Amino acid sequence: MDWNQLWQILSAPDNVPIIAMIPLLAFYIYLGGKQALANDKLITELEANPALAKTHHRKTWPFRPGWQKEVHVWPFLLRVEFLAAIIVTIILMVWSITLNAPLEEPANPNLTMNPAKAPWYFLGLQEMLVYFDPWIAGVVMPTLIIIGLMVIPYIDTNPLGSGYYTWKQRRFAISTFLFGFVILWVSMIFIGTFIRGPGWQWFWPGQTWDHNRLIYEVNRDLPDIFGISSNLWKGIFGAAVVGAYFLIGGLIVNGLFRRSNPKDYKRMSLLQYSIMMTFFLIMVALPIKILIRHLFHIKYVWITPWFNI
Amino acid sequence: MPEENKGNGNNGKPGGLLTRVTTGVKEDLEALKTDLPAKAKEQVEILSKPTKTQLYTSIFRHKHDDTPRNRALGVLSNVFLHLHPAKVNRDAVRYSYTWGMGGITFYLFFVLTLTGVLLMFYYHPSKVQAFRDVLYLEHDVPYGKLLRNMHRWAAHLMVIAVELHMFRVFLTGSYKKPREFNWTVGVILLVLTLLLSFTGYLLPDDQLGFWAVTVGTNMARATPLLGHEGPFGPQLGMTPYNDVRFGLLGGSIVDANALLRSYIWHCIGIPIIASVFMIVHFWRVRKDGGISGPAPVVLDSEVKEAKK
Ligand code: HEM
Repeated sequence: MDWNQLWQILSAPDNVPIIAMIPLLAFYIYLGGKQALANDKLITELEANPALAKTHHRKTWPFRPGWQKEVHVWPFLLRVEFLAAIIVTIILMVWSITLNAPLEEPANPNLTMNPAKAPWYFLGLQEMLVYFDPWIAGVVMPTLIIIGLMVIPYIDTNPLGSGYYTWKQRRFAISTFLFGFVILWVSMIFIGTFIRGPGWQWFWPGQTWDHNRLIYEVNRDLPDIFGISSNLWKGIFGAAVVGAYFLIGGLIVNGLFRRSNPKDYKRMSLLQYSIMMTFFLIMVALPIKILIRHLFHIKYVWITPWFNI
Repeated sequence: MPEENKGNGNNGKPGGLLTRVTTGVKEDLEALKTDLPAKAKEQVEILSKPTKTQLYTSIFRHKHDDTPRNRALGVLSNVFLHLHPAKVNRDAVRYSYTWGMGGITFYLFFVLTLTGVLLMFYYHPSKVQAFRDVLYLEHDVPYGKLLRNMHRWAAHLMVIAVELHMFRVFLTGSYKKPREFNWTVGVILLVLTLLLSFTGYLLPDDQLGFWAVTVGTNMARATPLLGHEGPFGPQLGMTPYNDVRFGLLGGSIVDANALLRSYIWHCIGIPIIASVFMIVHFWRVRKDGGISGPAPVVLDSEVKEAKK
């Protein structure tokens, strides 16, 4: 156990935000989850008791008679905002007094930093470079993330759970988002920050960074395993595999989705449904590619003269 | 003026002027003896009620005693506060619902603007000066180090806050009708926040920023169609000297032009664009009916299916 190495990574000033983000995220998942469970309990109660549903206030905290429905922004909202601003200022002040922003040697194009890391919030994408070519990890993925986020409101046709925390009424939406945000985004950032060392190699926490370590990883391409050697057939084979993934994967997801969310399935238009399917399958393809790399040492699935996937 | 027209204005009565002046002055002094104390008393009275002065009422347009009307006016007649409605749903002020993250993001943007402008006073975006300016800031400028630290950490905090804000908006389903469009505006703001942070990374011109930006922009080489190493890029005539990366960096390597471009995007371009989108974002929060909740729960059985 190399405590010094561990400390160096943990205490690098630019890594502190990530260390802060983990407990923050955990806290807010807890805070949201708690309210979701409380609401779900209420929903179950009201569903079981239609008479109560007619009379009930429908929020998890009881409304007392005599209370006003609305309160003045001044002072009731502004004081909260003011307090928040003060607290943030204090945190920022203390942080800025105790921890200095990093400043390395002057930029030197002849002296490569190893590892050369992007700012922490892009480390998830940089981590993807291990598994995908730069045009996918660096260009296509960010574009798909942005577009994928933007289309969410237009493909989520579920009218329930608007304006309150719930799990029961939005299982599919919430688990998909949690998967994308927590697993694919945050945990990849975590790996990129704390695990990846020189040569972007995997170093467990506390393992000494060995700048000379070489890993002889023999990666193969999927067509090679099947003994396909001509370029033309490699291209056709890869296209078939990728096509089959979308076809079979699509059929499986379709089968599951229309059974578990029959109402949404009915509500969605063909366009909405195909957009959702496309983004969902592409997202699920990431961990699949990661897995086949680690399990079978497969580098590319689809090889063409112009691009490899 | 001709000599013969010069008169004393007294119709030829000599000595009249002097007497008139002396009696006049006497009268004035008499009047002052009574007027001055009276006016002074009046002035004291006026000043003892500063909220009644013209100066005050011209600035503050309503009274401030604690009445519901004044509470509302305090918000509505203030250009900064009038983004808020006068009243909100009593539950909407619960911290546990919004986590305050949108507001905190905005506050951090404000802090960053303030500290950023101060930093700009000391910083030259040139290869010769940039790094030295940062050293100078750290060691010689009073509170320069604190300033730089605050700018850096506020930037990191803003990225965290905006991600948590998005997370909250998702969990509460607040992107659903009628707020779909504001969610898309939000996504643009998220991207702009990341770009702001990223363009700032290069500015100290140190190894950290240089290599981070090198790694980041190297990916642009691989842009499909538009990068010289990307799929179909070479076929479309892309070279290191005319592809998107060249456009971003103002050159084929991260150098002086890249520093300048970074600086201009960071300090002028993106902040202006982001401000415009924030204005739209806040406007839409109001127009979409204020904050989405905490709303009463809706049961599955109550959903009316739209007729197709
Ligand atoms: C610079 C970045 C941003 C700023 C300053 C900002 C600010 C705010 C503020 C102050 C609110 C009021 C409620 C609250 O505090 O939660 C709000 C609401 C909202 N924001 Fe943002 N936001 C930003 C980015 C985003 C992002 C990235 C998204 C989503 C992708 C988003 C989507 C929304 C939506 C849909 C609402 C309405 C929520 C509701 O009615 O409950 N915003 N934003």
